[in-house]
Formats: sequence, C-alpha cells, structure tokens
Amino acid sequence: MIGEPGNWNPEKRVMNTFFLAAYLAFKETWRNRGRFLLVSMVIALIALLVLFIAALGEGLGNGNREYISRLDAQLIVFLDKSDYIISASRLDQNSLREIRRLDGVESAGPISASNTAILLLPSTKVQKVSLVGVDPNQPGCPPVLEGRVFRSGNARETVIDRNVALRTGIKVGDIITIRSAQGTKDKFYSLKVVGLAAGQSFFFQPSIFVSPNTWEQVRPKGEAELNNTVAAINVIAVKMQNPAQLEAMKQLLTSQVTNIQVADIPTTINNVPGYSAQQGTVQTQAVFTLLIGVLVIGGFFQIQILQKVPQIGVMKAIGSTNAMVGLASVLQIILVTVIGVAIGGGLTYVFSLFFPPTIPLVFNGQASAFAVLVLLAIGPLGGLVSVFYAVGIEPLKALKLS
Amino acid sequence: MSNVALEVRDVVKSFQTDTGIINAVDNVSFQVHSGEFVALVGPSGSGKTTMLSMLAALLTPSSGQIIIDGVDLARMSEKQRVALRREKIGFTFQSNNLIPFLTALENVELMLRLNNRYNRAGAVRSAELLSRLGLGERLANLPGQMSGGQQQRVAIARALIHSPTLVLADEPTASLDTERAFQVVQTFAGLIHENQRAGIMVTHDLRMCKYVDRVLQMRDGKLVKIYEDRKEIDALGHGE
Repeated sequence: MIGEPGNWNPEKRVMNTFFLAAYLAFKETWRNRGRFLLVSMVIALIALLVLFIAALGEGLGNGNREYISRLDAQLIVFLDKSDYIISASRLDQNSLREIRRLDGVESAGPISASNTAILLLPSTKVQKVSLVGVDPNQPGCPPVLEGRVFRSGNARETVIDRNVALRTGIKVGDIITIRSAQGTKDKFYSLKVVGLAAGQSFFFQPSIFVSPNTWEQVRPKGEAELNNTVAAINVIAVKMQNPAQLEAMKQLLTSQVTNIQVADIPTTINNVPGYSAQQGTVQTQAVFTLLIGVLVIGGFFQIQILQKVPQIGVMKAIGSTNAMVGLASVLQIILVTVIGVAIGGGLTYVFSLFFPPTIPLVFNGQASAFAVLVLLAIGPLGGLVSVFYAVGIEPLKALKLS
Repeated sequence: MSNVALEVRDVVKSFQTDTGIINAVDNVSFQVHSGEFVALVGPSGSGKTTMLSMLAALLTPSSGQIIIDGVDLARMSEKQRVALRREKIGFTFQSNNLIPFLTALENVELMLRLNNRYNRAGAVRSAELLSRLGLGERLANLPGQMSGGQQQRVAIARALIHSPTLVLADEPTASLDTERAFQVVQTFAGLIHENQRAGIMVTHDLRMCKYVDRVLQMRDGKLVKIYEDRKEIDALGHGE
C-alpha cells in the first residue's frame, strides 16, 4: 500500500524524518556558513548584552542586599510604620529583650547600620564602608572565615568584609583607622582587625562589623547624639526555632512586642531604598533586549524562508512531509542560536576579565544559566512564524504550477 | 504491450472564476504503459500543466479517476499522496529544480534518503547514474556551479534514482539551448525506455517530440488528438 510498505514502520519513519531534517539543516547551514555566522554573531551580541545586564543586575542587587540575604535569621523586626526601611527604624533594648524571651525564638540580635564611615588607608586613598554594629555570635553577626569574631563591650575590634581586605590589602591583625564626623568635627578611631567575613556588601559598600557599644562610639553622629551612651538599634534579626512557622511567628511578634512591624528577608530586601526600582530597571532592559532579539531573529528567518519558497516547493513536490520541512527549519534555528549563544557566552567571559572591580558585575551561575536558557529560547521563538510559513507553503503555488 | 502504469479516466478539473466555472481539464482519458514515453503538448492555457499537477498528486480532479500502479489518487488521504509522490513519482520542473545547498550527488541521493533507502549501494548507484549522464566530474558541484543543462540532467537522475512508476517532466528544456535540449530529452527518453518507467513530458517545443512514443495534444482542456504513428510524430517536430 502506498506510504506504508512493510519495511517502513512508523517508528522508522519518525527517525528518518528527524535524521533527514537534521541532515538538511546542517548541510544548508554549513554551505551558507558566512550568512548564518552573521546571524549567529547578532545573537552573540544580544547574548553578550543580556548576560552583562544580568550580571550587572546581580552585582547591583548584591551590593544592596548581600549582607541581608546572608543573615542567619528568618525575620527582621522594624519600628512600626518605618515602612521596612532599615535606616528609618529605631528600636530599643527593651524590644530586644522581649523578643529574646518569646517562645519559638532561638536567638535575636541587634543590627545598627551606618553607611557613611570612611576607612583611611596608608596611602592618600580612602575606602567608604558600611559600619555595622552587631552582637558577636548573634543573628546579624556574619560568620568569620579567618581569625575570630570581635569581643563584645567596648573592645576596639572589628571583623571586616573580605572585599575590604581585597581592595585595600588589610590583613587580620592590622590596625585600621576610621574617620567619623562627630557633630561638626572629624574624629579618628583605631580598630584592630580580628577577623574576615565573606562578602557582606550593604548600601553598595563593603561592610566592617563592630560590637554595638563600639559602633555607638565610632559611628558618625550629629550634634544632638553626641552624648548617647546606649547603642541605638535599627532593626533586630530573629532566628526561629522552626523556620517553617514564619507567619505564626510574625503574628506572635507583633502581638507581644509593642510598636514594631515584622518582615521576612525578601520583603526587607525589596524595601531597601532604591532596590526594587533598580532591579526593575535592569530587568526591563534585559526584557527589551530579548524582545529585540526575538524580532531580529524572527525577521531574518522570515526573509530567509521567503527566499526559499521555490526550494521548499520542490521538497514538498518530491515527497517531503510538512513535519520534515518544519523540523529542518526548527533545527536550523536551534543550531544557529546555540552557536550564537556559545559565542556570546565566550565573549562575555573574555570581556569580564578586563572590567575594573568598581563595576558591580557578578556572574551568578543561576542567573547566568537562566539568561542562557532564555537566550536559547529566543531563536525558536523568533523563528516560529517562519516555521509555520514554511509548513504552509503550497508546492503547486511555489512551483508556479497553479 | 507492457503493464498500464497510469490510467486517466474521464478526468475533469474545474475552477471558479469571476466569469463562472471553467473546466481547465475537460473529460480527459488516456493510459500510459511502463516503458512508454509520452509528450503532452498544447498551446498556453490548454490545460497541460493542470493535467500534470493532477498526475503529480499535487492537485485533485473535480471528477474522474487517476490510477497510478492500480491505486486511485482520489481515494488517498493527503498523507498518502505525499507518500505516493515520494515513492512512485519522479519529477523534474522547469527551473528551481535542485536543492541549492546540496551537491549534484546529494540532490540525487536525497530521493533515496526520503524513501529511507539510502545506503552505500544507493550512493554508488547515484554516482553511476550521474556519470552515465555525463556528470561524473560534477558530483561534488553545487547547482550554482553547474550550467542549466547540467542541472536538468541532475534533476533527471533524481527523478529516476528511486525507480518510480511514473516520471513527470514539466518543460524540462525551457531554459536550455536547442542542442542541449535535444541531448537532455534524448537521455531522458533513453532512461525511461531502459528502466521500463512510464514517462510524461509536458512541452510546448514540438521538436522534442522526436524522442517520444506518443503525443497527446490538448486544447481548451480537452484531449483533441493522440499521435501514435512515428511519421506523424516526426512531422509534428518539423512543423508540418
């Protein structure tokens, strides 16, 4: 019977369709490699742009949220009506004590942050840092990678962010000098570096950590605050015994402790001033770049299919199925896209080696992998219209027989 | 007489136009046997291209039957017609005949690949057929690197390599000079006879009829005359 000879079973037919489509896609791409390489290069440039935007978004986001996202805590307690803004929140020691007494709270630690400290370096250069006051070994205190944690009380000791050490050459055991405005005067404080923590950027600056008392002494202060002796607390980090009961703990905290509001870590990050707007801007750029990519690739493949109408007509007239014609187009688009994205990935890696550390580019594996997956999808997505067009070509019309 | 490869019975193809329904092919009947090479001739608009499109299973008749190898095209699904074109029909067109990114050899092998019959023996047979057609030195050439005549010969090889029942040629000499045209049709006719295929060539150039066994003349959609006598056929070619 026509189309169904005995040795030509459906499975074999599917395999033959696939291999023949792959054969035709490869042959056409290879024999027109100059033209297809140009398309791959356009995709490579789009990939380069998207990967850099993704890295920039990650880097900028990291600069804002790194410290908070690495907290060993599930909830952050703010002053009520502070809109979850750390710098707008002021809590007292009573709140801290009340929170620590609550059932379900494993530990709680105060966080006091100031983003205006200036670290003086031996040369004439300075390094801006976020000065963070936390209780040693309590939520808020970063894990120490090298050395030890600072002592509590008035000890003039500090644990510094590894990024500060990398940028300045400061080592554990060194004495560093902080310049801090006290009222209208500049004062200088010496702190001994006793440990290094992993990257802990906060407010776009690497951080240095001290005890709450030391923080209160050395932090920049206005005239009215000069006589403060008790460390002001911005927020309190809460580590729960059972992190699964997040909502229940939020309710317990707000019902038992007066004048507070509670947020989880993602909410806290999203409310860092400028964070959402910044990430939204970067993501919009990435989406528009991808959209342009889809249109450019779609346009190219549509023009290519229009040029190939007679050829597809011949293919169909001599017995090629629609599935094979469509699959050949799809495989060709995938091949060109994969080559483009691979070139783009390579270019991104090479360029990233030459970017100065002041540009906040962070190539996070997960974000980059997601960007690559999206980039791989834009080819087939852009070429979808052309594939449907190819499948719909009538051999009779294509060969001008009608 | 050998087997009937193609039988056309009372075929009508109608089209709706602004001025009403017209019959592009009007009640046409004929047979073509295996090993027979037939020319379909007639002026423009006579219905020969429409007839060829129906024989190629690219167009379905409004009524009547087209039977290839004992199977009626009208009873086939679209999927079966695609399979029929692949397995039972060889086709050469006026132009845009070959796949531009495949070499001469790959273009011929494509028919074997489409039918899942490509193997080492098939590759050798393809190369031999092209060599017989005088293209032994052109196996690795792309269509763009060959002349029109050479491309037509590759198309002939492609139309025959999978041993189809019916070989159709639509104005195969349209883009060739006279000498090349005669060579191509002579080769075509030789292979049709040698391989016992049924061949139909649509042409407006009556000089090409000297190589065919019969001439079917169409006018206004009707089959008006069948030339079977050798002398009559040769006389057609001389414009008599």
